[in-house]
Amino acid sequence: MADAHIVLENLRKSFGPKQVLNGVTLSVPKGHSLVVIGGSGTGKSVMLKCILGILQPDSGTIRIAGENVVGLKGKERDQMLQRFGMLFQGAALFDSLSVWENVAFGLIQGRHMARARAKDIAIEKLGQVGLGPEVAKLYPAELSGGMQKRVGLARAIAADPEIIFFDEPTTGLDPIMADVINNLIVDCVKRLGATTISITHDMASARKIADDIAMIHKGQILWQGPAKTIDTSGNPYVEQFIHGRAEGPIQMDVLKP
Amino acid sequence: MNIFAHIGRATLSLLEEIGRVALFIKDALLQGLTPKIFLRQIFEQMMRIGYFSLPVVGLTAFFTGGALALQIYLGSSRFNAESLVASIVALGITRELGPVLAGLMVAGRVGASIAAELGTMRVTEQIDALVTLATNPFKYLVGPRVIAAVVTLPLLVAIGDTIGIMGGYIVGTRSLGLNGYAYIKNTADFLELDDVTSGLIKAAVFGFIIAVMGCYHGFNSRGGAQGVGRATTNAVVSAAILILAANFALTSLLFAD
Repeated sequence: MADAHIVLENLRKSFGPKQVLNGVTLSVPKGHSLVVIGGSGTGKSVMLKCILGILQPDSGTIRIAGENVVGLKGKERDQMLQRFGMLFQGAALFDSLSVWENVAFGLIQGRHMARARAKDIAIEKLGQVGLGPEVAKLYPAELSGGMQKRVGLARAIAADPEIIFFDEPTTGLDPIMADVINNLIVDCVKRLGATTISITHDMASARKIADDIAMIHKGQILWQGPAKTIDTSGNPYVEQFIHGRAEGPIQMDVLKP
Repeated sequence: MNIFAHIGRATLSLLEEIGRVALFIKDALLQGLTPKIFLRQIFEQMMRIGYFSLPVVGLTAFFTGGALALQIYLGSSRFNAESLVASIVALGITRELGPVLAGLMVAGRVGASIAAELGTMRVTEQIDALVTLATNPFKYLVGPRVIAAVVTLPLLVAIGDTIGIMGGYIVGTRSLGLNGYAYIKNTADFLELDDVTSGLIKAAVFGFIIAVMGCYHGFNSRGGAQGVGRATTNAVVSAAILILAANFALTSLLFAD
């Protein structure tokens, strides 16, 4: 693919004897939204952390806009990271900082913006996720789970990144708040024109935000295709997952009573 | 089970841990203490590590000075050498007890809080979030704590020395019937600059140990509340043991003739 924005080739990562990524190959075109589905412990989070350089892959290549990013250090790594935004599963807000300082963090620390200006942008971004300026001076501990997620989203989009990762954006939320978050993700991504990778096991969320869907199992991509074709994939693993059946080719390590 | 296998395994895991700490110290020095420097963070940590430890260190020094005066009086009165009380209290406080007890008290107060704070940040992915915001956690979290501890511990010990000597003075003059003027004159005549500076050098080293152990165990905590609890315990215990070992090494180094 010529215009592929994110390309992973044969990515491998193991922790001790446990092989978590077993040759992941993926590519995401610019401006596309890829949702990676798969059960718990199949290597979804590890894949994102390898792309961000939080974890070092054992082998394989990761290219962002054609540039290899594995093993980048110092200034080059900081520059690479400035192109990313990420929404964490538990929002991962800094609890020693107020809401607006959280949202403005990347602008102030990463891009050396003046605090007053960064605050204005933070309040604007909070508005985009449906939070009023009165929330700005609160602390993360004073917010509900859904509000924390929205602040996390505002922080992820604050620096207008070209790539955004969403780690289980709807996990732990009620269905209505989950849909609110899905809509915000779709809106924000459209506004920025960003390339995104989301990982989830919530099919409703996947259908809503995905252009393409990939299924990961035991550290490998089993299937990848347009979101529309997920119901007609003909892949038994995908079928089992999207219908949530205990019986099928994916065997859980559960002892039968 | 073979006892030699046990000994071998324990030795190997100890060496492994020492290696990991050494690598962490390398990162703390090379990444944490080089630009960019977060002044706001350093100031905040100085307040938390230094200023708010004043009551604990002051009370410890006061009671230790008092107890020391009592003991030395009881011993020296057997030889009619009560005039030695002032000078031995001053020496004991400035050379040994001031820095060691302040170090141990701060290890309990600050080492634990650093490990618990960074450990919680680790398990809630806040440290990963820093990375995605193009901020090096060693520069933002570790550097300021190490700098603050190394700078403020000698200041704390200097104040503790003064209060400790005062504690000896109060006990000596109020309950042992020593002459106040003679007590102060003995202290001033006998105490040399080296006695004080050697204690302050020790304090700086202890500050480094406390901050590095707190950060190391916090950064490497795993697995929720229990992991953070374990990190906190390990930070305090390892800092306390290293302080006592370093004190012995520094005493033999600084007072070797």
